[in-house]
Amino acid sequence: MRESRSELGRSVSPPEAASVSVRSPGRFRTLLNEVWSYRLSYLFIAPFMLCFVAFIVVPVLAAVALSFTYFNAIESPRFIGWQNFQYLISQDLLFLKHALPNTFKFAIIVGPGGYIAAFLLAWLISQLPAVTRKWFALAMYTPSLTIGIAMSIVWLPMLTGDRIGYLNSVLLRLGWIDTPQLWVTDPSYLMNAMIGVTLWSSMGVGFLAMLAGILNVNKDYYEAARIDGMKSRLQEIWYITIPSMKPQMLFGAVMAIVTTFKTGAIGVELSGVNPTPAYSGHLIINHIDDFGFIRFEMGYAAAISVFLLLLMYASNKLSWGLFGSKGDE
Amino acid sequence: MNALRSLLKLRRRPRLSAMDGFQKLLTLLLIVLSVFMLLPIVYIFNHAFKPYHELFLYPPTFFVQEPSLQNVNELLAVTARSTVPMIRYLFNSVFVSALAVLLVTGVSALCAFPLSKHRFPGAGFVFAAILLTLMFAPEVVQIPRYLVVSEIGIMNTYFAHLLPLMAMPIGVFLLKQFVDQIPDSLLEAARIDGASEFVVFLRIVVPVCMPAIATVAILAFQNSWGNIETSALFMLDDEMKSFAFFLSTLTNNLANNVAMQGAAAVASLIMFVPNLIVFVILQSKVIATMAHSGIK
Repeated sequence: MRESRSELGRSVSPPEAASVSVRSPGRFRTLLNEVWSYRLSYLFIAPFMLCFVAFIVVPVLAAVALSFTYFNAIESPRFIGWQNFQYLISQDLLFLKHALPNTFKFAIIVGPGGYIAAFLLAWLISQLPAVTRKWFALAMYTPSLTIGIAMSIVWLPMLTGDRIGYLNSVLLRLGWIDTPQLWVTDPSYLMNAMIGVTLWSSMGVGFLAMLAGILNVNKDYYEAARIDGMKSRLQEIWYITIPSMKPQMLFGAVMAIVTTFKTGAIGVELSGVNPTPAYSGHLIINHIDDFGFIRFEMGYAAAISVFLLLLMYASNKLSWGLFGSKGDE
Repeated sequence: MNALRSLLKLRRRPRLSAMDGFQKLLTLLLIVLSVFMLLPIVYIFNHAFKPYHELFLYPPTFFVQEPSLQNVNELLAVTARSTVPMIRYLFNSVFVSALAVLLVTGVSALCAFPLSKHRFPGAGFVFAAILLTLMFAPEVVQIPRYLVVSEIGIMNTYFAHLLPLMAMPIGVFLLKQFVDQIPDSLLEAARIDGASEFVVFLRIVVPVCMPAIATVAILAFQNSWGNIETSALFMLDDEMKSFAFFLSTLTNNLANNVAMQGAAAVASLIMFVPNLIVFVILQSKVIATMAHSGIK
């Protein structure tokens, strides 16, 4: 973001800026002139911006506006101030006892866990010769293609509760369990099943970005470090690889956060019931669906989604702090 | 050219030229891990061609022993009984995905070029907004999206399938980062030769950015091919819904149900294979693009 802001700064070329510094109406007219002279640029970005505004900006703003209202999709929205948020953080037991802790547990393991796993895998793969590298990258990325739809059909037979399930049949034969376990319908297992399946499919775009980032680190740095006496590969990773690929690390982190928070259907898909048994797999995103599309309390659902957006924004800020580049690099 | 140079660098970069002990160990480890990662994938292929008596065998078999097309027939039979034939769902999906790939890449490239190369007033703000929405999942604001779609009167049309997908911030972001690599002097030279901005875009920017465009095409394809949201929320008639949606109705409640497992497996295979093929073909381009994906 910093870079783009400095670009905006550069956009006003020095002579023009000097000539308009006297009075504000002149400055306004110069701006209009400048806008007009760039009309072609605006034409270029128009198609995307129209869709962007209609399907992202307006919905986000509408969600914020609706979150302060009571809206049941039949009557027109009625302004009720902070009530939705007050109810959300003080009285909504389903939210406080299940959705929130579940989301935190899920997000903390799948987010940073998946992210670190993706980095380690990318690094391990980058240590191999180019010929084999490509095939391993493909093998790791393929599971992320099943996200959403193919997920349930792939994993259900693995985890079904009777002895036909693959996991049960293997564990039974090894003698680790005596009776088949209900991996996806027992509340005490469902969350772990969700985390496992999501981790399995988490080597997506962010993983590829990190792999590319590692491969692009200037080789000379490693040489120089070796001459200076750097011994272990761990030191190389910490002092050279990670600092030189900070931008890709940040991109990977943003992707990890987005996929983590938007994965919600997985619990419903695995257990086959909505809401999940004893709310064990109930995440914030399921809570939104519950109020929005089942109970039709749109205002309240909007308040929950605003809360989720803020949560995503906060986690992004955190990763920005870790990997954001300071100034121009 | 920077973009080209880094492409070449990716091709030949033997960090340690010969396989040493560490690499051999690593290869072994990664092979084991890959097998684990790919197990469920191999499994769908097998499951789809298992005849009924094999599907529920105990102990369960992993590999199919007598492959049959029984499940394919069952899938066709399911839809034969319903009012909308399966081929209609498939047509919707193919049609929407093809158009979505074309439109998303076109629209994103058109937007990325001025964002990167024209310093028009507001460019910084627009890019910052795109960067910000990169962090948001549209799933979160489904309800207002539904309201927007119904307000502008495109419910139950192909527009409602397409337009929401066209707002793909990650596409513009990746392309913009890639266009940044094109030296200004190259564009300037073309302009001096009398090329209009559109010609510059079409003749220089698009060819140089082909890897990034391919990547955005993959992402757009994955987005639309597996999309259930637009069918579930914006389509009223069954014949407007997509194949992914149809599959989700098949797999709903599969956890407590044994019927239709075979048919669902075949349908999943139909969903999954195009994704895989598209990715395998364009894979090298993706890695080249991702090298520039960093957020600075």
